[in-house]
Amino acid sequence: MIELRNLSKSFSTSGGPVDALKHVNLTINNGDIYGIIGMSGAGKSTLVRCINLLERPSEGSVLVDGKDLGMMNKKELRAVRRRVTMIFQGFNLLMQRTCLKNVMLPLRLAGVSKKEAEERAMKLLETVGLPDKANAYPAQLSGGQQQRVAIARALSTDPDVLLCDEATSALDPKTTHAILELIRDINAKMGITVIIITHQMSVVQEICSRVAILEHGTVVEEGDVAEVFANPKAQATQNLVYPEMAQGNISPAPGGQLVRLVFNGANTVQEPLLARMAMEKGIAASVHTASVRAVGEKTYGYMLLEIPGGPDELAAAVKYLKATPNVNVQVEVTYAADVKEEQA
Amino acid sequence: MNFANAFTPEKLQEAWAMFLSDFPQALWDTVYVTFLATFFAIVIGLPLGMILVAGDAKGIRPLPKPLMKFLNVVINLLRSIPFLILIVMVIPLTRLIIGTSVGTVASIVPLVVAAFPFVARLVESSLREVNPNIIETAQSMGATPMQIMLHVLLPESVPSLINNFTLAITTIMGYTAMSGAIGGGGLGKIAITVGYQRYKYAVLYLAVIVLVILVQILQSFGTWLSRKCDKRLKH
Repeated sequence: MIELRNLSKSFSTSGGPVDALKHVNLTINNGDIYGIIGMSGAGKSTLVRCINLLERPSEGSVLVDGKDLGMMNKKELRAVRRRVTMIFQGFNLLMQRTCLKNVMLPLRLAGVSKKEAEERAMKLLETVGLPDKANAYPAQLSGGQQQRVAIARALSTDPDVLLCDEATSALDPKTTHAILELIRDINAKMGITVIIITHQMSVVQEICSRVAILEHGTVVEEGDVAEVFANPKAQATQNLVYPEMAQGNISPAPGGQLVRLVFNGANTVQEPLLARMAMEKGIAASVHTASVRAVGEKTYGYMLLEIPGGPDELAAAVKYLKATPNVNVQVEVTYAADVKEEQA
Repeated sequence: MNFANAFTPEKLQEAWAMFLSDFPQALWDTVYVTFLATFFAIVIGLPLGMILVAGDAKGIRPLPKPLMKFLNVVINLLRSIPFLILIVMVIPLTRLIIGTSVGTVASIVPLVVAAFPFVARLVESSLREVNPNIIETAQSMGATPMQIMLHVLLPESVPSLINNFTLAITTIMGYTAMSGAIGGGGLGKIAITVGYQRYKYAVLYLAVIVLVILVQILQSFGTWLSRKCDKRLKH
């Protein structure tokens, strides 16, 4: 378990001190895939670097399994860093070493024999799907492959926690999905706690179980991903969940009601969901805004639908969407309440 | 200088005779003095360059500021003394180490004294080229400062170090010519004492041509080796 208690960090710059983090309190349970999301400059990277003390907090403490990292000497801290490993946006592989040697590095630094390190590194390259690239150099690999090697490297010391600092931000959507799948797999099979720092809502949506939203160095909202998405409270969260809303260019027609569909890996690529609803229930939903992408057979993203008619139609539509067989969608009536108030 | 009759057939013949008789020894002197001086300059300059990078206020193992200041001042000081004057200034040191202050072997001492600060700066610039994110990554793995230096900084900068060492060796070769002033042998000495002081310009040019060829060979080899070692290039 990782606990951040009243964590603050300020940097002194030429323009005076800058507070990167202000009194952050978070608890991350073992086995979670925990997302920390925020716009650039929100303090995400500083926060993740405080978890392995690459950055020393100005105030507050970081506890890993109840032990305060701030109280540790350098040697103890290095031991913790083998248990809390990290992958990065830029992969950060050693360019003059083969992939195998890159994966072996943390083991060699920890004093593991060459033979043993080599065997373990080979096994990990198989885990990430690149056994044939053992003797290739990073420059010969694609970005996605480089990140896989970096993941293998991060796993080499058999960590309890994997920190991902914008690990998919330099990758295209398809590769992002593949890397996230790999991380999910690792989380499930090895029981490693994963902390994901990102500015992409889609990443949190796709993989995280819990999420904290960071804005100006403060956690403005925290909770289960499904809950936070269904009912975003803080302004920063709403901006992230409905970027179109944030720009103020969405409002339902008089009497219209908005329903939000969240596709969380739903099997809807082959399913004409809205057309079927129109035919079977006679509810002609119009798509107000949508940010949906299909990855393989699965759909990720959300859709904002406008349902014409009154509360009865709305209830029927929600019931239908929720009950659609073979389709795993979350349905939330998001703006009906507002609309009703306006009508009243 | 009177070049008008410097390249008559007789003069050229004389120079050629000298080329066959004296040049092999001179070539050997130049080569071994250059290599030995470069070797010792690297032996001192490489660790010094590593300290300059690691001990920096923002380095992987910050050292006391006064110490860093002192090192920087000493390096700058040594680099600003003209080589010909430095040769004279280090005579006591040369005596102490070699036992004499004249001769080919003795010329290695001032060469090393002049070259190691230069090499230290070259090493410093090579190590600073390494992506700082990779250093952070190594820290996140729990690497000690020494491990970061030996497992990350040095191996990652090998191609750049080879390039810079090539620059060092060619520069040192140029300096060997001046060590003729204290009785050091080599091609430079022949060019000055025979070619210039005894007006045998053909000999002078011949010596220069051999030096140019030597530098070309070293530079080409260095460039080739650096490229061959650089795994960032797709082969």
